[in-house]
Amino acid sequence: MTGNGHTNIDSVKTYVFVLLSLLAATIFTTVVAYVDLGPFSVVVALTIAVCKMLLVALFFMHIRHSTKLTRLVVAGGMLWLLILLTLTMSDFLTRGILGVPGK
Amino acid sequence: MAEHAQAESLALRVQFDTAEQQKDASTLGMWIFLITEIMFFGGMFAAYTVYRTWYPTVFAVASTSLNAPIGAANTCILLFSSFTMVMAVRAGQLGHQKMIVLFLVLTLLFGFAFLGVKAVEWNEKFEEHHIPGQAAFHLEGLPATQQGNAQLFFSLYFAMTGLHALHMVIGAGILMVLIWQARKGRFHAAYYTPVDVAGLYWHFVDIIWIFLFPLLYLIDRHLGK
Repeated sequence: MTGNGHTNIDSVKTYVFVLLSLLAATIFTTVVAYVDLGPFSVVVALTIAVCKMLLVALFFMHIRHSTKLTRLVVAGGMLWLLILLTLTMSDFLTRGILGVPGK
Repeated sequence: MAEHAQAESLALRVQFDTAEQQKDASTLGMWIFLITEIMFFGGMFAAYTVYRTWYPTVFAVASTSLNAPIGAANTCILLFSSFTMVMAVRAGQLGHQKMIVLFLVLTLLFGFAFLGVKAVEWNEKFEEHHIPGQAAFHLEGLPATQQGNAQLFFSLYFAMTGLHALHMVIGAGILMVLIWQARKGRFHAAYYTPVDVAGLYWHFVDIIWIFLFPLLYLIDRHLGK
């Protein structure tokens, strides 16, 4: 909503296109999982998942048309999730890098 | 003026100036709730990340025991339900009351289909003795010393898919209430906020699954061939 009081109504065509993209991405991520990409397989899987998330959030959840305040809140939520994951992993991934005296 | 606005939108509360402001507040409120849900699921994703980092091969073997084609098909069912949900919201925007009911019913049916497939998958796990905590727990392809770590994977699998399914069940309940209200003609172009915010919840649950599917089903599937 841009403030003029009228809701932006997306066309059925847009939604069908988003749905087809999501279905194609699902099939692609399943097929590519059977290919040996080494450590990159998780990178590919998560990249596809993030793209799918963006499609759902922007189109189906109408972030595209939402107020700046709502967008800020969503971005803030993702930031906190990032803090949760980053700080947790910064602990677990760095354990054992330095020797503990007396151990 | 205030009376006129109230005639246009039955549910305009006194604290709001316009129906638009009221709708924006509802949307924002739902997003705040979804943020708390992101943090709720986030803790589980963090636990998953830690254990997968510690036991990468065990997680790969355990993941290969899940049925990826069925998981992919179920993902597609859920994506279809999101599509019908957004079409219900669109019908609300346009004020097509019968279409709101139709698309909400379709969303509910897709939701039940997803839960049905999930139930079949869980049942398979019981038959294969892949239930963590079971005395007979045994995952093929792993030495006895790593069976405990495999149980960790299945604990996370059941906790995460179970919590997701619980959200689906709650979503189905919300849909049933909305269908009942929509049939009575409660929603129209000037007021469809409940359909809109329920849609946000439904799509959020879809997004959680979008991440659960590759993280649980698709770890290094090439090992299984």
